Amino acid sequence: MQLKQLANISAALAAASCALLGQQAQAGTVLDDWQFNSAILLYNETDRVSAGEAILTARGDFGDDKFLNLGLVVDALTGASATGAVAQPYVQSFTRPSGRGSYDVAPGVTPLDDTFHDTRVQLDASWEQPLAPNWRVSGGGHLSKEYDYLSMGLNGSVARDFNQKNTTVSLGLGYSHDTISPEGGIAKAFAPMLLRSSYVDDSSYQAAFDATRDRADDTKDTLDMLLGLTQVINRNWLMQVNYSLSMADGYMTDPFKLVSVVNSNGEVQQNLYETRPDQRTKHSLYWQNKLHLSGSFLDASYRYMWDDWELTSHTADVKWRLPMGDSWYVEPQFRYYQQSAAEFYQPFILQTEPLPQYISADYRIGKMNTYTVGAKFGTKLAQGNELSFRIALYQQTPENDGITAPGVLADVELYEKVTAVMAQLSYSF
Amino acid sequence: MKLTKILSAGVITLLLSQLSACSTLGVKPWERDVLAKEEMALNSAPLDSRLDDHIYFSKEGSSGGRSFAGGGCGCN
Repeated sequence: MQLKQLANISAALAAASCALLGQQAQAGTVLDDWQFNSAILLYNETDRVSAGEAILTARGDFGDDKFLNLGLVVDALTGASATGAVAQPYVQSFTRPSGRGSYDVAPGVTPLDDTFHDTRVQLDASWEQPLAPNWRVSGGGHLSKEYDYLSMGLNGSVARDFNQKNTTVSLGLGYSHDTISPEGGIAKAFAPMLLRSSYVDDSSYQAAFDATRDRADDTKDTLDMLLGLTQVINRNWLMQVNYSLSMADGYMTDPFKLVSVVNSNGEVQQNLYETRPDQRTKHSLYWQNKLHLSGSFLDASYRYMWDDWELTSHTADVKWRLPMGDSWYVEPQFRYYQQSAAEFYQPFILQTEPLPQYISADYRIGKMNTYTVGAKFGTKLAQGNELSFRIALYQQTPENDGITAPGVLADVELYEKVTAVMAQLSYSF
Repeated sequence: MKLTKILSAGVITLLLSQLSACSTLGVKPWERDVLAKEEMALNSAPLDSRLDDHIYFSKEGSSGGRSFAGGGCGCN
């Protein structure tokens, strides 16, 4: 039923467009030149975040190799996210990042803030066309809005073919300007998380809370550059190598994350809001191979990334598409990712230590490895339409980077694994 | 870590120099039957890539490589 509805969308859109143009609605007169891709993804972490994301993209062929690409993304997020604070052998109380309301965390449990729910809408558009023989250019932009975040960006690229189009060199540039306005404002660096219970009344608590905040919002500017080389090796082998540079300037602290200050017995004395550097330069080398192997298609890539936060990572990604009969295929997928910790990552800080310039206990920039194992099943339908289903298991395994946990911290889990299941349904028409 | 960087740069440089030096690379226009298949496109499943990039951008300390690393969300 759902499928039939989706299949009818193309015809319905064609009819609507024809009506707008004052023409007879003849199926396929206008929208024959448009290709639509749609997908719905459900992402569910055990006991943590759940997210749903829907995408619709359209690619219009305007003749002479000119194309317009349009995209719409809507996603919704809900659930609990690790705050960065450490587990304790007793109940802990936390104030929500907005300053309003609190929650308790059971003994031995990693503190999670369960108030996350956000909806995001993103629009993007780009235009691509030939510029001269063997030259192509493209330009586009995006706008993404969620409750406390706005991102606007522009991008452009130029590509030149050589050697009978066997070699392509491309250069892309992107710029984005993001604004974050978290509920309750932005905490000062190392501001303490205050508890309402420590104050005699609401107004004295509110005054103290307000004193920990110094602005309502902040911004981040990112400049990206991507230099690519694509080479046809032979009839069955295509290769790409990219170097990319990303320079970000602005607010990169996570306004919801904490760091626990503990005594020599590992007991939390205070939780502070984290603070990260306001500049980051990332580099990456990406190497991708597409191979045709006796009827099957192998996509194998490797990425090495390094940055001035001293976070380095290796990523290997393999997808192998195997035809099953005339119209079906199955594609096993595997991805492995390993990262080192950013230089200012610490799972907690000792009371006796002086405060560093920057600190974050966010496991996502700590030492970690992750893997994703999954499979995609797809089938070709009439008129070149395609339906596919993808399911994957994603596991994040944070690791101890040689830090000794004092006292009670030795008995709690500081590096908890996170397991997620992803399910995706896609339809192209 | 420095050594890894130097090694990676070396391997890539070697690879690139091999590519440009080797004149037998590539195909004639009439040999593009397989390469023209959509399964052989570098980004043959653009929506999958987009969804994956969004997830990994939110959950890991690295992003980009295939395309821009950019932001676009305050993903938690």
